[in-house]
Amino acid sequence: MGFKRLIISKTALSLIAAFALLGIDTVMAQDAAPTASGAPAAGTGSDWTGVIYYTLIFLAVCFCVAILGKILKVYDLSNKMQGKKGMNWNNIMGICCLVFLVAGMYGAYWSLTVQGSMKLPVAASAHGGDIDDMFNLTTILTLIVFVITQVCLFGFLFYYRGSDKRKAHYLPHNNTIEKIWTIIPAIVLTVLVVFGFFTWQKVMDSTERKGDLNIDVTGHQFAWELRYPGPDGKLGSKNYKLTTGLNNLGVDFSDKNSWDDIHADTLVLPVNQPIRLNIHAQDVIHSVYMPHFRVQLNAVPGLPTFFRFTPTITTAQMRVETDNPNFEYLLYCNKICGGAHYNMQKVVRVVSQAEYQDWISHQKPYLTDALRKELKMAAAKSNKSQASSNTLALNN
Amino acid sequence: MSTLAVHDHGVVHHEEGHEHHHKATFLNTYVFSQDHKMIGKQFLITGITMAFIGMSLSLLFRIQLAYPDKTFPLLETLLGRFAPGGRLSPDFYMSLVTIHGTIMVFFVLTAGLSGTFANLLIPLQIGARDMASPFVNMLSYWFFLMASVVLLSSFFVQKGPASGGWTIYPPLSALPKAMPGSAEGMTLWLISMVLFVGSSLMGGINYISTVLNMRTKGMDLWKMPLTVWALFLTAVLGVLSFPVLVAGLVLLIFDRSFGTSFYLSDIVLGGTVQPFEGGSPILFEHLFWFLGHPEVYIIIMPAMGISSEILAVNSRKPIFGYHAMVYSLIGIAVLSFIVWGHHMFVTGMNPFLGGVFMITTLIIAVPSAVKTFNWLATLWRGNIRFTPGMLFAIGMVSFFISGGLTGIFLGNSALDINLHDTYFIVAHFHLVMGSAAIFGMLAGVYHWFPKFFRRMMDERLGYLHFWITFIGAYLVFFPMHFMGLDGVPRRYYALTAFPSFNRWLTVNIFITWAAFMAGAAQVAFLFNFIYSIFWGKKTVQNPWKSNTLEWDAPIEHHHGNWVGELPTVYRWPYDYSKPGHDEDFIPQTVPYSQTMSSNLPHDFEDNPKGLEEYNKWASTQKTNEPIK
Repeated sequence: MGFKRLIISKTALSLIAAFALLGIDTVMAQDAAPTASGAPAAGTGSDWTGVIYYTLIFLAVCFCVAILGKILKVYDLSNKMQGKKGMNWNNIMGICCLVFLVAGMYGAYWSLTVQGSMKLPVAASAHGGDIDDMFNLTTILTLIVFVITQVCLFGFLFYYRGSDKRKAHYLPHNNTIEKIWTIIPAIVLTVLVVFGFFTWQKVMDSTERKGDLNIDVTGHQFAWELRYPGPDGKLGSKNYKLTTGLNNLGVDFSDKNSWDDIHADTLVLPVNQPIRLNIHAQDVIHSVYMPHFRVQLNAVPGLPTFFRFTPTITTAQMRVETDNPNFEYLLYCNKICGGAHYNMQKVVRVVSQAEYQDWISHQKPYLTDALRKELKMAAAKSNKSQASSNTLALNN
Repeated sequence: MSTLAVHDHGVVHHEEGHEHHHKATFLNTYVFSQDHKMIGKQFLITGITMAFIGMSLSLLFRIQLAYPDKTFPLLETLLGRFAPGGRLSPDFYMSLVTIHGTIMVFFVLTAGLSGTFANLLIPLQIGARDMASPFVNMLSYWFFLMASVVLLSSFFVQKGPASGGWTIYPPLSALPKAMPGSAEGMTLWLISMVLFVGSSLMGGINYISTVLNMRTKGMDLWKMPLTVWALFLTAVLGVLSFPVLVAGLVLLIFDRSFGTSFYLSDIVLGGTVQPFEGGSPILFEHLFWFLGHPEVYIIIMPAMGISSEILAVNSRKPIFGYHAMVYSLIGIAVLSFIVWGHHMFVTGMNPFLGGVFMITTLIIAVPSAVKTFNWLATLWRGNIRFTPGMLFAIGMVSFFISGGLTGIFLGNSALDINLHDTYFIVAHFHLVMGSAAIFGMLAGVYHWFPKFFRRMMDERLGYLHFWITFIGAYLVFFPMHFMGLDGVPRRYYALTAFPSFNRWLTVNIFITWAAFMAGAAQVAFLFNFIYSIFWGKKTVQNPWKSNTLEWDAPIEHHHGNWVGELPTVYRWPYDYSKPGHDEDFIPQTVPYSQTMSSNLPHDFEDNPKGLEEYNKWASTQKTNEPIK
């Protein structure tokens, strides 16, 4: 009994000590704040306040944890001395697992409904619907598996928490059940693979079709350049070696198709018109990402690629649908490309065919007067130096 | 062969003590040690140090993500030119992301995880005196340390560390003018990685040869614990895939320094036409991911092995489906070589290849699912003992499920179009290979701490550490899925340039605070770890009542592990709670003749003589029974 009294007094003592020290801590925190902010008036010091404040909070928490640990230990020891069993950590942890399961499932539900509703609006392109269907199917299947497995995991932990009275069930293997849970995932995954494969083939269909609107998008640090075809509907060829200050895309003007190419600042797309976006990069890898249309493809220097898609919802319609009068479709870079990677965007506007025709007729041609002058001078120069360059070429 | 001969020789000599061979000085005991246990400790402590550095870097950029408009003058005090005016510069933000990824993937979860546990466990669990080649083993650690030092030294060069993302895709990483981090910082990164691969290869070759050649008597492959299987297959993956990375890196070094064009073509940088022609950035991506994908299994497989072992020991139950566990590990190891293209669905690679890689990728989900179900079945009807190691192993399973399921989205090329490089992938890999693997590593640290340091870690601090970290990791990574579904890209310095992303700011603040909470919990671990090394409770011979051989080795560390003869192995490592035996575990060193009452016909599958004995014994039992 004397032991018990001693222990109780020890607990009380440590509690008192804890409170006292906590009190000192808070007082010190209050003390530290004004001194830290007051003393170095020169500037750099004032920001230490916050850090000291949080460090002290952290230390106080550490201290409380230490005290709590000691109290638990003392409590445990006193129980053991009285011949009772010590703390049963298996039970405590089993219950923690159960609490975590319930709280975690609620948290996951909350996150899925509240944050899940902040995801992208409905796909604004023809193929986007297929991708969304695929996504929904996968979500349903994985959520079922997620709930079953997590419930099993934490449920078993609670239900089969350790006890001295029990012995575990010796079960090294069971071929039947192992076969079942190999085959079922295999079947489910086969379904997903087959659907996914056909969706992918459909989206990435690379056969050229007449009537596609060809648009060139070129990424460089840190902007996108757009080039629309002129009335002839054809984009002129490009050669990166022809790039100059004025001809920043390196358009090859010896190709007649390029003479009427149009320069634009906004990616304006006519609704329900198949678009063939030709993707180029000049310096490093960028990625054309237009999430509302479920479109993404990297822009790789030296490897021109394209993405075919058909926008189906105009910007105006989407503004109504999302209930956001400022809604804009966006094209942004999604492959790390340098310091300003985070701000490499272009507004995309989907409009009716009539609005598109009106817009395109107001755009300036790529071949500006200044560029014409430069090209003429270059042509004259190259005529003069033709002889010498020919010999150079031969030498090479 | 020569190593084998030497090793056998050592057995004879051992009882005379090893003073003949060398004198134990501070330098050769603690620094240039060739003892696998000491090298394991060196890997562990270096790995933990790197983990804390990597974690601090992530906390720094989390501040930027949560408070993109605020200034923290303290940051300028600490980081100087990298945080002018108290805000991280965009370039330094990229460096932080890059170095965080590199440290965590390679230095913590490759070297820190398999380096530590392969070194400690392979010789001890297969009953060997040391690694096949202790000297190469030591070199492996020192190359790793050099790689770490070189990598960290890049924080001290003028233009800052490498900043092209841990995947360092050229041309960004190949053109020093493309961003500041692609200058000297990138050079140091490349040097560091080449050293690292050297370390990894020397370690891997050693682990493979040790497992294949130096198993003790009776330890056939099907009696090896799953940890050894996992570490062995991990080493095989590393040896086959790391050289490809080196090839890729060497070509990149050539492009950077010697004017070649392996990865470069058609480049106009800042308005100047560059002379490179004929290369392809996609080539680098192929070479990188040919390592990169096996690499994620190099990371997760040791964690799987460690968790399997710990789950079995603490459920007091045999691991369910031991053979299925081994075959699924082998399946994962083989398949991991033909799935790398799923990182490249939207790179402009031929779409047909995308379809092929999608199929192989989803096939690899089958062995992963089998492993998960087997873990669950191991817990079923167990007698679960919640040690901190056990809790972390459970956490590993939970993360592996959560993160693995989102992999089914990303492995589907059609869905990857919109999810690629968004926060969805960040959430996915941080759960499935980040959190799961680090939990596997922590589980191993708590479980084998007595073997490393002959003392126990404090359990209650372990519980605290587990719950805060576990909940914190979910709080950090679960919301990120939904940011990804809204098309928020990863590696963005700030979301402020996009008005539509403003609504994610509160989520970002929440994530940052959760990350700081989880980070603070690591202090509990660090304190526990350091305190227990010196003042922890002394361990007993077999603290977890485990079957495997390492607990048969004496508590005191000896050069050569066992004093006298090496133990002989008679049975598989998972005879827990076998009916008919008075205790709930039977170590591998106990012959069947001593456990007649618990033997099963199944135990003698490939042992006709034993089966005969068993039948004889069983029939005498039967004849005795009616008399009773």
